[in-house]
Amino acid sequence: MSKIPVIIKREYLTRVRKKSFIIMTILAPVLMAALIIVPTLLMMNQQQDFKKIAVIEDNSDLFKGVIKNTENLEFVYLDNVKVDDLKTTFEQAGYYGILYISPEIVNTPNAVQLISKKQPPIGLLQHIESSLEKDIERQKLMTYNIENLDQIMKNVDTKVSVQTKKIGDSGEVEDTSTGIAMALAYIGGLLMYMLVFIFGSQVMRGVIEEKTSRVVEVIVSSVKPVELMMGKIVGIALVGLTQFLIWVFLTMGIFTVLKSTVLKTENLTEVSQNMTKSILSDEQQQMAQEQSASVNPDMAEFQQLFTSALNQPWGLIILSFIFYFVTGYLLYASLFAAIGSAVDNETETQQFMLPVTIPIILGLMVAMGTMQNPESSLSFWCSLIPLTSPVVMMARIPFGVPYWQLGLSMVLMVVTFVAFVWMAAKIYRTGILMYGKKSSWQEMWKWLRYSG
Amino acid sequence: MALFEAKNVTKKFGTQVALDNVSISVPEKCIFGLLGPNGAGKTTLIRIINQITGPDSGELFLNGRKLNPEDVVSIGYLPEERGLYKKMKVGEQALYFAQLKGLSKAEAMRRLKYWFRKLEIVDWWGKKVEELSKGMQQKVQFVTTVLHEPKLLIFDEPFTGFDPVNANLIKNEILFLREKGATIIFSTHNMESVEELCDNITLINKAKTILEGNVYDIRKQWAASEYDIVFEGEISFPENERFNIINREEENGKSSIRLKAKGNADTNEILQLAIGLGKVISFNPALPSMNEIFIRVVESRN
Repeated sequence: MSKIPVIIKREYLTRVRKKSFIIMTILAPVLMAALIIVPTLLMMNQQQDFKKIAVIEDNSDLFKGVIKNTENLEFVYLDNVKVDDLKTTFEQAGYYGILYISPEIVNTPNAVQLISKKQPPIGLLQHIESSLEKDIERQKLMTYNIENLDQIMKNVDTKVSVQTKKIGDSGEVEDTSTGIAMALAYIGGLLMYMLVFIFGSQVMRGVIEEKTSRVVEVIVSSVKPVELMMGKIVGIALVGLTQFLIWVFLTMGIFTVLKSTVLKTENLTEVSQNMTKSILSDEQQQMAQEQSASVNPDMAEFQQLFTSALNQPWGLIILSFIFYFVTGYLLYASLFAAIGSAVDNETETQQFMLPVTIPIILGLMVAMGTMQNPESSLSFWCSLIPLTSPVVMMARIPFGVPYWQLGLSMVLMVVTFVAFVWMAAKIYRTGILMYGKKSSWQEMWKWLRYSG
Repeated sequence: MALFEAKNVTKKFGTQVALDNVSISVPEKCIFGLLGPNGAGKTTLIRIINQITGPDSGELFLNGRKLNPEDVVSIGYLPEERGLYKKMKVGEQALYFAQLKGLSKAEAMRRLKYWFRKLEIVDWWGKKVEELSKGMQQKVQFVTTVLHEPKLLIFDEPFTGFDPVNANLIKNEILFLREKGATIIFSTHNMESVEELCDNITLINKAKTILEGNVYDIRKQWAASEYDIVFEGEISFPENERFNIINREEENGKSSIRLKAKGNADTNEILQLAIGLGKVISFNPALPSMNEIFIRVVESRN
C-alpha cells in the first residue's frame, strides 16, 4: 500500500493554509492590475502638470507660432529679449524653461536649446522637435514653389499598419498578428520559467527543512525515500496549479470589472481624443476626425488584433503548456530535491544552484530571442534540448512549429525527466541522511552509485 | 525464540566499512542494548533494521521471516536526532505520522487520545511544535513512535532531553510496553540505564561486534575476582598472598574494603580469610559497572 497520497495531502495542505500563500495568491493579480493601472493614471496626471515655456529667437520670427500650445504646454514667444537676461529670472517669471532657437537651425539641427532647471520630460522634447521638424520641412518644400502645398501635405500624411496573413497548406488565409504571437510567446515562456523556478525551489526548501529538522529520518523509517520525494514534488505541483488557477480566475475577474467600470469604452475614446488633441495641431486634428468618420484606424487595428488573437492555436498552446509545465517542473524539481538533500542549509545550495539555473535562464534568453526570430537554429535546438525546451518551445508555438519537432521535443522531454527523477532519487536517498559533510559534485556522483 | 535477527550484516560506504559481519539476535520481549562508542556503526545498523538503507550483504529476519518492506508497520523507531515539523500543529503531526505507519485516521485518533491523556499532554494538541519545549517535543515524538503498537521498538537515546521526572515516566512506559509484549532495541551511552533496563547487549566497536550476551553474565564474567566486604570497627590487614586491597574507607565505625583476589582464589577462600580478620557485616562479589566494562573493552581493542 503506497503512502504517497498521505504525503501529497500534507505537502499540499500545509502550504495552501499558510498565510503567505493566501496573501500572495490575492496580491499577485492586484499587483498585475496595478502594473496596468498605474501607468495609465500617471499618464493622466501628466496632463495636469502645466508648463509655460518662453521661446526666444535670435533676431527673427521665423518660427513664431509654429509650436502649438497644448493642454498642458504653453509657448510664449518673446521678442527683443536676450537669453542671457532671462537665464537667471525665468523661474520667477513663471516659466518652466527657455527654448532658444538660433537662425542656424535650418542647416544645423543642434541650433535649438531648451534651458530649464529640471530634466525636461521626453514628451515635451518630442513635441518641440516634431513641430520644428515639420515646419522646417514645410519651409524647405516651399522654396520649390509647389502649388497647393498645404493640401498636398495633408494628403501625404499617412499612417501605415501592415496586416499579416498566414496561408495554410490548403490555401486558406488567416489573419494573424506578429504582435499577438510575440505577446503569447513572451507570456508563455516567462510564465513557464517562473512557475518551474518558483515551485522547483519550493521543493528544495521543503527538502532542506525536513533534513535540518531531522524529521526525515522518522519518515523514511515509514516510507521509502523516493515516495517521500515524489509525494513532495507532486504536492507542491498541485499547490502551483491551485495558485495558477486562482490567479487566472482572479485576473479575469479584475479585468472584467475594470473594463466595465473604470475604463468604459466611452472613456477610452475620450482619453484617446484628448491625447490626439494635445499632440496634433488644429488642422491635423480636423483631418483625424474626418478620417475617423470614415474608418477609425485604431478600431480597425483593434478588430484585427482581436480576430488574430482568436485565430491563435489556443488548444495547442494550453495543452502544450500543461505538458511542458508538468514534465519541466518534474525535471527541475527532482534536480532541486537532489540539491536540497545534499546540503545542510540553504546557504550551501549556491554552488549547486548555478549549474541548474544556467540552463533555465539560458532557455529564457533564447525564448526572448525567439520572439524576434522564431526560425533561428538556436531556437530550434533549444526547443529540442530538454533542459531548455519547456521555456523555448512555449515561445515558439505561437509562431507555428512543425508537429514532428513538437513530438520529438516531447519524447526527449519524457525520456529525460524519467532519467532525472531516477538519478535524483538515488542522490536524495543517500543525501537526506548525510549530515555535516561538505557535499560536492564528486560526493553526489558517489551517492549515485551506492546500492540500496 | 528470537523476534529479530541480523546475520552477518556488512555495509560499506565507498571504501569506509560501517558494519563488518555483525550479527545480533534479539529474543522476544527482551530489552536489548545496542552499545558502542560514537561512530561504531550503531546508527547504520539501526537504519538497516528500519530498512532506511540496505546491507551490502547479510540477512535480516523478523519473527523468523525475512524482513520485507511491509514490516515497517511492525517497527517503531525513535531516532537519536529527534525531528518534528516545527510549523505543524502537534495533533495534526501525530496523525500524519500514524497514517504513514498505516493506521486509519479514525484509529489513529482513538489511540492518540489515549496516549495524550496518559502522558498528560492533551492541552498541546492544537499548539505548533515550535511553541513546545524540547522535553515536550520528545514526549510527542515518543507517542508517535509507539502509537501503531509495533512488535519491535527501537529507541536511540530515549532519555536525553528529559528531566528526571519525565525520564522516569518514559522508562516506566517502556517497561509497560515490554510487559504488553513489545521487544525493544535500546541504544544509549548511559550505562546506568543499561544495567537497569537491558537483558542482553551487543557492543559494537569499529564496525565489529566485540562483546555480546546477557548483562548479568557479562558483569559476572568481568567481575571474576573482586569483592566488596564491610567489617565492623577498624581492621588491619597483613600483607597477603591471596589478595590485594584495591580500596578502603572507614566511616561510622565501619570499614568498607574492595579487594582483588590473586591467582585462582575462589569466593569461599576469600570469605574464610575475611571471617578470620574481623566481624563481617556484608560480603559481595563486586560486579563491575557496565560503564567500566564498556571503557575497558573498547580501550583494549583500540
